[in-house]
Amino acid sequence: MRFGVIRFPGSCDETDAVLACERVPGCSATLLWHGDADLHGVDAVVVPGGFSYGDYLRVGAIARFSPVMESVIAFSEEGGLVLGICNGFQVLCEAGLLPGALLPNEGLRFLCRQVDVEVVRSSMPFTADCFPGERLSIPVKHTTGRYYAPPAELESLHAHGQIVLKYAAGHNPNGSLDDVAGVTNQAGNVLGLMPHPEHAVDPLTGSRDGLKLFLSMAHAHG
Amino acid sequence: MRTVDRALALGLTEAEFALVCAKLDREPNEVELAVFSLMWSEHCAYKHSKKLLRQLPSEGPRLAMGPGENAGAVTVGDGYVLAFKVESHNHPSAVEPFQGAATGVGGILRDIFAIGARPIAILDSLRFGDPESVRTRYLLDHAVGGIGHYGNSIGVPTIGGEVYFEGPYEQNCLVNAMALGLARADGLIRSAASGVGNALILFGAATGRDGIGGASVLASAELGEEDAAKRPTVQVGDPFAEKKLLECSLELLDRGLLVALQDLGAAGLSSSSAEMASKGEVGLDIDVSRVPLREAGMEPWEIMVSESQERMLCVTDPETVAAVLAVCEKWEVHGTVIGSVTEERVLRVLDGDAMVGEMPVEALVDDCPLYDLTPSPPTSALYPAPPCVLGADVTDPREILLALLASPNIASRRPLFEQYDCIVQSRTVRRPEQADAAVLAMPGGGAIAVSIDGSGRRVACDPYTGTVEAVLECTANLACCGAEPLGLTNCLNFGNPEKPHIAWQLTESIRGLADACRALEVPVVGGNVSLYNESGGGPIYPTPVVGMVGELPDAARAGRSGFAVAGDLVGFAGPFRPSLPGSELAKLRGEELPSSLPPLDIAALRAAQRAIFEAVRAGALASAHDVAEGGFLVALAECCLAGGVGAVLDLGATDDLERTLFGESPGSGFVVSGSPDALAAVGELVDLDVFGTIGGDVLDVTSGRARVVVSLDDLRGAHSALAPLFP
Repeated sequence: MRFGVIRFPGSCDETDAVLACERVPGCSATLLWHGDADLHGVDAVVVPGGFSYGDYLRVGAIARFSPVMESVIAFSEEGGLVLGICNGFQVLCEAGLLPGALLPNEGLRFLCRQVDVEVVRSSMPFTADCFPGERLSIPVKHTTGRYYAPPAELESLHAHGQIVLKYAAGHNPNGSLDDVAGVTNQAGNVLGLMPHPEHAVDPLTGSRDGLKLFLSMAHAHG
Repeated sequence: MRTVDRALALGLTEAEFALVCAKLDREPNEVELAVFSLMWSEHCAYKHSKKLLRQLPSEGPRLAMGPGENAGAVTVGDGYVLAFKVESHNHPSAVEPFQGAATGVGGILRDIFAIGARPIAILDSLRFGDPESVRTRYLLDHAVGGIGHYGNSIGVPTIGGEVYFEGPYEQNCLVNAMALGLARADGLIRSAASGVGNALILFGAATGRDGIGGASVLASAELGEEDAAKRPTVQVGDPFAEKKLLECSLELLDRGLLVALQDLGAAGLSSSSAEMASKGEVGLDIDVSRVPLREAGMEPWEIMVSESQERMLCVTDPETVAAVLAVCEKWEVHGTVIGSVTEERVLRVLDGDAMVGEMPVEALVDDCPLYDLTPSPPTSALYPAPPCVLGADVTDPREILLALLASPNIASRRPLFEQYDCIVQSRTVRRPEQADAAVLAMPGGGAIAVSIDGSGRRVACDPYTGTVEAVLECTANLACCGAEPLGLTNCLNFGNPEKPHIAWQLTESIRGLADACRALEVPVVGGNVSLYNESGGGPIYPTPVVGMVGELPDAARAGRSGFAVAGDLVGFAGPFRPSLPGSELAKLRGEELPSSLPPLDIAALRAAQRAIFEAVRAGALASAHDVAEGGFLVALAECCLAGGVGAVLDLGATDDLERTLFGESPGSGFVVSGSPDALAAVGELVDLDVFGTIGGDVLDVTSGRARVVVSLDDLRGAHSALAPLFP
């Protein structure tokens, strides 16, 4: 399986994402330049963390207009797996691929912290290697990560099982509604999350729990 | 206004102005005067420190690039080199802390990628006044915000640092930033321009009026009350622009397109071009009319001295100009040919067809007069005693311990470092508060440890010994991670060197730094000097900040500071001879600074530290932590806090309980833990007493008839005293 990791000007965690994908047995990863609409036949897309276009104007607001994003939208409509991490999550919300929005943290400051995330739903391509209720130790690092959706939409997300990851009790770092850490689209092939699973793939640098998301994607691909 | 008066207003002395005229054989015009006043400023010419700095050893078997380039570098195996440097941005941060600190980070990162290394880490060293004061809260909050903003946005982890709060920094805070970069040994590039006829290309941000005269006006004079008016001389940082600049620079190097590369820092185009020409023993023609501008109507002199951020200068063969410009285009940075390399060693400034300045390169770079200092030790105390916050009647060790843990210099830095991304780039093996130094994995499976330190108050007590202590504190931090020192960088933050007692502090401090480095066989690969750190309130504490890099063979065996395994034994190692004068406890009690510190036996400490790093890298010790501010009992509490576990210890009787528990002697005592066999083996190499066992949820220490029992919760409560500063 081949992952494609998008590189916008201002992306910071794209190389980390490539390294994480390459830890999955039998998988490779390649960088996709934001200005190139061709996805080069990759089997799944990762929209990485960072500060695309400096996050000027509003987080993720400019990146969604990149030529490559048109192709990512088309790819997702055909059922392709798309994983958005942190800034990638913000970009996917701006692009309309995911519901809701990310607002400034309750504390209004950048926060880098190892947190526990709970798997709410494991019957899907991003979390199939986890069991429901499993706690994953994964770091967050962001200024704008407070998940918000209007009450009716939030209810619908719960009802449709679109809330896949939650911060464990006492671990919500940013004031996200209902402790939401990661959501999918209705079809379940696009996941956005604020925690950085690509920074939890090796015990040497903290934890290996995040690798389960990449392993799950590979298994879903078959 | 006469030219000489303008020169004085720009910071030159009358004698210096006369020398400029002699070098040119005429009076300088507007452009030339602007360029000379910056090139001959303290900030660019090091005119009061250069002679002293010659004492510092800069040779070593692992040296890959020594002082003189944008950053120094040491080899780290597997064909890689590690570049590193620390630099100050004190005055800009005192005037506008967010942008001052942010551009300090931006500047030091450019120094790293200017030699062809990819920046892999940032550390910061901060000094502020009383954390309760409104001014300090403002400076601290914004400086930390600025550092985070730049480092986080550009994708370089901030892996460590330190902060001290002391009265003499109230008006004149210090913001020093250190950066590290990784490169293939054959991938380094120098800044020397060469090849007559080669093109000079400016790329990066457009040039504006920001930061005009920063080096001479801000960095080379004392701060005064009218400093708010100096805000326009502080540059504004744009990490997104620098991120593109970084990737563009490294891609240009990767493709082998460059002859020379240099960043634009203090004094902008003037200094970078003069340095490139000087090192390459060539001349340069620069046409300022070709420089992309941010605002219309800029004068040639303004273009030459603008300190607009995020700009680089490179030299390339005429044949590869198009390729260079194409890479600039890809990364959306302006790339513009602004001049060429010439044979005659002259910097010529053109405005279209008009010649607007013509200066011998040697005169700009080498002919600034260097001054001898007139050092003289002070005859009375230079600094007032710190305010008393803990009465001398408080003698209960438990109460003293909690007061020390909650004191600003010792309390947990978590509210600060959580604002920094410490993990991007996937190399961070030890994060803040996990070990005494930050540890980064290296490509071949080994690792480097990095530490930055320098207690100004100790140096104020005794500039020579205080500086030796700063070096040994750094090597002790490295040792606790299992690392052996490879190289050192420093930033010397002092007051006005034209005053005899400040000159004495500077002279003694550099002598201490040189002696310590020589005794430890650690080369100084580069550094920075920041003088004139004075305000109405007097000079800052003399503050040599030492940044040190060490290596360990196996990243998986990097040491930790926290007690790890219940049931393990706790030992105390090293030739520790604590004393109370000048300690944190003495500070809390409002005691006068002593006029000297006990001398250190560097050779003995080196041997003890070697025993520690050998034991850690062999995997024998489960934890190692050096005794620093607050002394032995504070170190024990920190081991419990970092490990989330208590310990029961019996020190035996002591004749001076307070000195034993709270006295200090930086770099010489280590709290270690491990199995009985492991501690016995370490005891063969260094003095070691085993005195307790890890376990439970209280720290329980007995000494003779005295006993201290504190729960982990109470330790934690005291240690988180800084949290309210960041609501």
